[in-house]
Amino acid sequence: MSDAEQIQGIRESYEEQYGFSDPDTYVFRARKGLDEEIVAQISEMKGEPQWMRDYRLKALEIYRSKPVPTWGPDLSALREEDIYFFVRPAEKEGQSWDDVPENIKRTFDRLGIPEAEQKFLAGAGAQYDSEMVYHRVRQELEDQGVIFKSIEAGLREHEDLFREYFGTVIPAHDNKYAALNAAVWSGGSFIYVPPGVKIEMPLQAYFRLNSASIGQFERTIIIVDEGAYLHYVEGCTAPTYTTESLHSGVIEIIVKRGARSRYTTIQNWSDNVYNLVTQRAMVYGDASHEWVDANLGSRVTMKYPSVYLMEPGAHGEVLSIAFAGRGQTQDAGGKAIHVAPHTTSQIISKSICKDGGRSSYRGLLKVHPDADHSKSTVVCDALLLDDHSESDTYPYIEIESPLVTVGHEATVSKVGDDQLFYLMSRGLTEDEAGAMVVNGFLEPLTKELPMEYSIEMNRLIRLQMEGSIG
Amino acid sequence: MGAALEIRNLHVSVEGQPILRGVNLTVQQGEVHALMGPNGSGKSTLANTLMGHPAYEITAGQLIFDGVDLLELETDERSRLGLFMAFQYPVAIPGVTVANFLRNAINARRRAENPEDKGIPIPAFRKLMTEKMDMIQMDHSFAGRYLNEGFSGGEKKRAEILQMAVLEPRIAVMDETDSGLDIDALRIVAEGVGRLSGPDLGVLVITHYQRILNYIQPQFVHIMLEGQIVESGGPELALHLEEHGYDWLREKQNGTGEA
Repeated sequence: MSDAEQIQGIRESYEEQYGFSDPDTYVFRARKGLDEEIVAQISEMKGEPQWMRDYRLKALEIYRSKPVPTWGPDLSALREEDIYFFVRPAEKEGQSWDDVPENIKRTFDRLGIPEAEQKFLAGAGAQYDSEMVYHRVRQELEDQGVIFKSIEAGLREHEDLFREYFGTVIPAHDNKYAALNAAVWSGGSFIYVPPGVKIEMPLQAYFRLNSASIGQFERTIIIVDEGAYLHYVEGCTAPTYTTESLHSGVIEIIVKRGARSRYTTIQNWSDNVYNLVTQRAMVYGDASHEWVDANLGSRVTMKYPSVYLMEPGAHGEVLSIAFAGRGQTQDAGGKAIHVAPHTTSQIISKSICKDGGRSSYRGLLKVHPDADHSKSTVVCDALLLDDHSESDTYPYIEIESPLVTVGHEATVSKVGDDQLFYLMSRGLTEDEAGAMVVNGFLEPLTKELPMEYSIEMNRLIRLQMEGSIG
Repeated sequence: MGAALEIRNLHVSVEGQPILRGVNLTVQQGEVHALMGPNGSGKSTLANTLMGHPAYEITAGQLIFDGVDLLELETDERSRLGLFMAFQYPVAIPGVTVANFLRNAINARRRAENPEDKGIPIPAFRKLMTEKMDMIQMDHSFAGRYLNEGFSGGEKKRAEILQMAVLEPRIAVMDETDSGLDIDALRIVAEGVGRLSGPDLGVLVITHYQRILNYIQPQFVHIMLEGQIVESGGPELALHLEEHGYDWLREKQNGTGEA
């Protein structure tokens, strides 16, 4: 099979599963490009208090003052004058699927979201272009004081709580795209889990781009109070367009004493999307946070979920999976910042490249002078499926305390013809054999996922693998 | 009468270098054949060629299995037709458990028969696997280990026998299954093969030692030298070889004026 046919095979699958689009039926769309007027317009349309409007305008200045980063993937094709920064999908957000406009509901039906909600979610949210069109959490959780709303509803209905945390974990000046998000944020979730409340089933938000040349800037704040537990999952897909789209989210998480939280991303954007996301968790005493970050789609992803270990006993993990196919660059990894003594962290990164795709592991392990008796392990493995794909490793380590234990290992391997022959000799087709090697490579991560997601992940990988070996 | 594997005038080259030079051999279901020969005589080339390894180029000859032209089939299709090869050096597949692998192999067969097939139900699979493990005296904990990763030489060969037991081939080619095994491991592996053999299984045991043939008793013994089968006979041929080595055959070859 020629390379061109292989690629076509993948495209066809993505088209059918995720790459479809609906006719544009937005209720409002700001003109293309970005300036003070558009930022003010977004704030105006959301009916925000003055402080937020000021915050946004200030953030726009910060965004303007920072250069486009050049230390990583090439972002030169991304031009803000060609992008719609705000596309409102519906007049209001639904609390039942019946409230969601028919064509939008059809999209989420096709993506299986209402069905998943019924089966195994404690709550679900759905964002379409710039805003959430649906948010709902099970009644018994609401009765326990759990808040699971769109970020706009969070600001509107819980302004004090919102204001206490917004921008504290990731300030606008953190990086250029965090500043951009701070200026034009729209959509995302606001979550609060009260002390001691353990939400056994995941909460999920699904992010969908429909319009071409759009920017999506979801902002999520999650507060897991003392001794509570939460697993939040986000999924993302989009139609394939010839023009660039931008997704630039900011996720701020606070995990208080003795709490546990896990944030899982299954990112499967179409490969005209630039995915530039900042995610950070502040983890307090004896609490733990895990990022499970799977990047399968997008043209360029730059994403390094981080954990700040603020008090003794805090534990953080980043499990990163990246899959780079033709024309894709996955610049992913993780950061662990040990601020307090007796803290532990683990970063495991697994990346797979094929058809000329590029993946990089970029990570930072930083141990502050006071963070003695901390422990950290960093493992990054890459698997190349052919000779013309590339993988790089950029592990930055800054240790300022002598009393720490740090482990680091990195491997690069290639799917061997011998492995394929061996598996095929047992009756597996070439594609099945390739998918099996890849699944095995990822197994240390997929086994961490709840059953439903590991099945979904395996299915996605099989889709990505179709016709890719040989 | 069962299926037959027929090798007719097979010539094979590797990287342009001729290795097999006209091999003829027929193995029927229910028969046990031994193929012996010194290192480099082409035994493993034959095994890999039968299974369709892409590095082996067939320059002449035919391979027929149950009336089907194997040369038209990919490796996986040959497997699903009922051909099996126990590898001399089984390959590690990190992250894939023995159980997961076996279930996928079974399901690949079922899907080939019926694209709508939903796969073997988990309880039925568990039962099948534990039965087969018991049959070859394998600890059940094996099922949860990653395939061939960190396995000892003996464990790898037993895992091959387990796969054979589960996949129930019609013809099995055992490529130097005895190499690198101590005598106890050899006995366990060979007994496993013994339990599997019967009227539905044809076996081609490839070896350069006679000792495995004390446990797997062949009806037919063939000797390969320099890419050809130069002598065939009954079990007594193996014993003769054990006593006299290969030199008498080489002399015989040279005597016929080939050199």
